[in-house]
Order: sequence, then C-alpha cells, then structure tokens
Amino acid sequence: MRLLTHNMLSSNIKGVTNGFPLGIEVVKVVEKQVELNADFLKNMFHKIDWKGLVDGSRAMGYFELPGEPPETSALESEEFLSKFHHALLELHLEEGALVCPETGNICHFASTLRGFPS
Amino acid sequence: MSSRPELQAPPEIFYDDTEARKYTSSSRIIDIQSKLSKRAVELLALPDDGIPRLLLDIGCGSGLSGETLTENGHQWIGLDISKSMLNIALEREVEGDLLLGDMGQGLGLRPGVIDGAISISAIQWLCNADKSSHDPKLRLKAFFTSMYGCLSRGARAVFQVYPENMAQHELILSFAMRAGFAGGVVVDYPHSTKKRKEYLVLTCGPPSLSTVVPKGKVELDSGSDYESSGDEENQTVCISDRHRPRKKQKITKKGKGKGWVLKKKEQMRRKGNVVPPDSKYTARKRKARF
Repeated sequence: MRLLTHNMLSSNIKGVTNGFPLGIEVVKVVEKQVELNADFLKNMFHKIDWKGLVDGSRAMGYFELPGEPPETSALESEEFLSKFHHALLELHLEEGALVCPETGNICHFASTLRGFPS
Repeated sequence: MSSRPELQAPPEIFYDDTEARKYTSSSRIIDIQSKLSKRAVELLALPDDGIPRLLLDIGCGSGLSGETLTENGHQWIGLDISKSMLNIALEREVEGDLLLGDMGQGLGLRPGVIDGAISISAIQWLCNADKSSHDPKLRLKAFFTSMYGCLSRGARAVFQVYPENMAQHELILSFAMRAGFAGGVVVDYPHSTKKRKEYLVLTCGPPSLSTVVPKGKVELDSGSDYESSGDEENQTVCISDRHRPRKKQKITKKGKGKGWVLKKKEQMRRKGNVVPPDSKYTARKRKARF
C-alpha cells in the first residue's frame, strides 16, 4: 500500500471522532519506480494531509520531506516534486499494520497482508 | 438453482479461490467487465485535461475494472470483500492500491478527497442479508453516506448494478438520494434482455447543470450505437412484470400474415438482433404447389 492511500484512510471504529492519521507499524517496505506526473502531484497537494504524509514517510524510513507543510510555491521546484512523488507513490508498505490513533488498538484496517489492509 | 451469485452465498464465500480464478481466466467475463468499466468511465465524465485523478473502485475484485482506470491514466484505490479476488489482483500486479473491506460497513476514508468512484456489478450485493447482523437498509445507508462524505464536491460516482427486481432498484436509488446524491439511472439497450445494463450516475452536491443524467445507449438494426432518451418507466415495467400469463396466439386458417411477421421483425430489431430488411417479398404468399 502506498502513502497516497494511507493518507486517504481514517479509522472506521465506532465512536472514534478523529481517526486520522493512522499509525504505521512497518515490517517490510519496498520501493517501486513510477513515472512522475507533476499535474497529478499539484492536484493532490491540496488534498494531502501533510502531517500524516510526513509521519508516514518517516515511519517507513524516508526522512527527506520537510516537517512543516511547504508553501504552494514549493510545487514549482523539481527537487521538491521528486521527493513528494517518491514519498507519495513509490514507497509501498508491503507488510505491516495500521493502528487507530485514538483507541491505539489495531483498527479496522489492521494487519497488512501482502499489500492490502483488512 | 438460481443463476444469480447473490442468492447462492455471501460474496466473501462465493468468490473463493476457485471461483476467483475462474472469474479472471474467463475471456468472456474479462471482455464484459472491461466494456462495462469503459462505459462507466465515460459516464463519469471527468474533465478532459490529462490530469490524473484519484478514483475509487468499489468491489474491484481481481482488478479488471481498475485496469481500465489505469489505461486512462488515473490513480485508483480498490475495495473488495473477497480475499481470494484480491490475491488474484496482486498476482496480476494491478497499479492501484487494494483494501480488504466490507462496503456495507462504510468506507473509512477522509472527507472530500476522492475525485470519482466507479463500481461494476457490486452494489446489488448490499441488498442481501447474509448474516443475522446484516440489515440491507442500514448497510445501504452506511455505504452511500460514507461514499458521499469521501467524494469531493461535484464529483461523480457511477455504479453499474444488476438489481433483482423493481423493489431492489428503488431501494438502492432511494438510499442514494437520501445520502444527498443527485442523479439517476442510465439504461443502456433497454429493449434487450441480455445487453440491457443499468448504471446509477450520482453526483455529489445539490442538483445543478452538471448533475443532468446522461442518456443511455440504444442499438439500431444496423448495429450502430446512437444516443437516445428512453422512457424509463415503460421499459422497466416489462421487466418486473415477467410472470404475466402469455398472450394467446392468434392463428387463423390463413396463417399469421404479413402484419405479424413485420411486427416480429421490428421486435427483433429493437433487441439489437440482425434482421433482414423488409421488402415486397417479406411474408408473401406461396403458390399451392410449393
């Protein structure tokens, strides 16, 4: 599963008011090369929760993203775009678990079995 | 036994390893699925600016419909309840991310992030109560409200459905409307029993110009497609009323006559069959020695 999808998911447990972002417990991460599409990244930038993305990428061992959400102007720089692209689309969580941030137990999307959370 | 898979077993059990393998290796199913998903993407009417969108595929199965999305250059997230189907999707190395989950329990996505959703032959599963804890109404409600929540404003969702009868059809539609969606049903090939396909085209947000439901496809005798408005009420009634007593055939001594033959040919044409053109020889009388 990519961080793009992780960023869209929230906890589905009843009674949880703020189920985002889900914590990531990593067992195995793989990287897959994907073609960079600047238009898509610019489009997604406004929808991405930056903190969730940065926390997720750090959990998966990628520390290049800035901790503070960057300005929209940063999207013009190719260096930033390639980092953003790498974190969003090329890092795959192959094995691991997603943890609900509020209850702390392994939530609805629990153990990542061969790439998809249950 | 019924041929509808919905009546045989719950989806996570029906699509086991063998069924999933069978499903994905059948070229007929692959062909139908890709045609349906192409039409669904067409109905989704995403702006034609070459920017990839983030789409959702509900009931993605082995990723046959997702492949169409990838071909169109979009990123997608697939959701399915059957692990066997998803395993096949992983084997086929589909581009999208896959989630194992039950759509009847809500989607669990952040609000307003998805640019569009498609679903091929999946929603009708929600109408079944496979477990004692299942209530089709609650499940439809959970599905449509969470769907409405995660779509961005003005985004469209296209669901291809096979409702079992009019009651199911209305149930699905009423819960979609109650969740706040605008839109309606598009029927392709309404006169044909086999080719007839229903699409729920829903738009997130209040009714406006963009929520106008597109027209369904109708087939001409020449085999070409053209867009035509269908009077939906009349077409659906003849489906629901399938068990009416058969009309008595009027056969006189003279035979059925030219009028009858022309009527039948017209019926066949409307179903999309290949029918020879009418001519002065159509249903002509033969001489006695023939």
